Amino acid sequence: MALFDAVLELADDHLVLGHRLSEWCGHAPMLEEDLALPNMALDLIGTARGLYTYAGALEGAGRDEDDLAYLRGERAYRNLLLCERPNEDFAHTILRQFYFAAFMVPYWSAAARSEDETVRGIAGKAGKEMAYHVRHCGEWVVRLGDGTEESARRMKDAVEALHIYVGEMFEEAASAGIAALPSRAGMRGEWEATVDHVFGLAGLSRPVVPHPQTGGRAGVHGEALGHMLAEMQSVHRAHPGATW
Amino acid sequence: MSAEVPLWEVFIRPRNGLAHKHVGSLHAADEVMALNAARDVYTRRGEGNSIWVVPSASISASDPDQAGENFEPGDKIYRHPTFYEIPDEVGHM
Repeated sequence: MALFDAVLELADDHLVLGHRLSEWCGHAPMLEEDLALPNMALDLIGTARGLYTYAGALEGAGRDEDDLAYLRGERAYRNLLLCERPNEDFAHTILRQFYFAAFMVPYWSAAARSEDETVRGIAGKAGKEMAYHVRHCGEWVVRLGDGTEESARRMKDAVEALHIYVGEMFEEAASAGIAALPSRAGMRGEWEATVDHVFGLAGLSRPVVPHPQTGGRAGVHGEALGHMLAEMQSVHRAHPGATW
Repeated sequence: MSAEVPLWEVFIRPRNGLAHKHVGSLHAADEVMALNAARDVYTRRGEGNSIWVVPSASISASDPDQAGENFEPGDKIYRHPTFYEIPDEVGHM
């Protein structure tokens, strides 16, 4: 596969998860989180912009970041299933973000040594942001998991619901054989160490998953993504080329 | 929710060498969460390089009813060090 496809996968992960987080804006359980979640959403969307712009340049077909984000349908999206999962409750949202960020920290750290200058540039900025996402969400996982009866139950439900999507993160997919990007499978050890440390403090354990869910990299998504993209893309499709 | 979560006062140091300055308050369950929330609420635009958080309940405040005896010294102008001739050689004080 070409570097274009691999960069597009990364970009889709960041945009879809960023959009999901942005859905909390104005709805978070407290003002402090109402700022924190959209802050993190903007980190992800900012990274997605850089990745889409680079993908467009690699493709050389004249597509820019907006074309790639707003004019591709559900089947053309290559994001991880984890990233498109609905927000459900605060526990689901925080765990989804923790799982993703715990992967991206070692990934960007390795990508910061890439032979590709653009990849190095994006990795340097995104790595710092993801380190904060791990910290912020990790602290919440501990407090919800080791909190009240209700918060512990919700946290356990979130682990049960989302852990089936974890394995897909470590699939090489389009980045197989691409020298400019790190091996995704190689992140498993560090991811598990990060999660185990936090789960230990939270009184949670990593479940065994007999039937992991995968397919996002092939464009086979859950029902939730179509609805999300329809909303996200509606303005651009109604007003093509609009600027402000 | 915020009724159950303690209030914290946030202090930010804008630059090395300057003092931490009070910037506002927020709700958080404990000091770690308060520092995270302070980072998100008060330092998004590069406002500083150090954060202090203090439980609001730990701050003792002066009584507004005592403002008269506390803060209105009247015409005791001799308390201002303005009656000294400073030699030029001293330079900026």
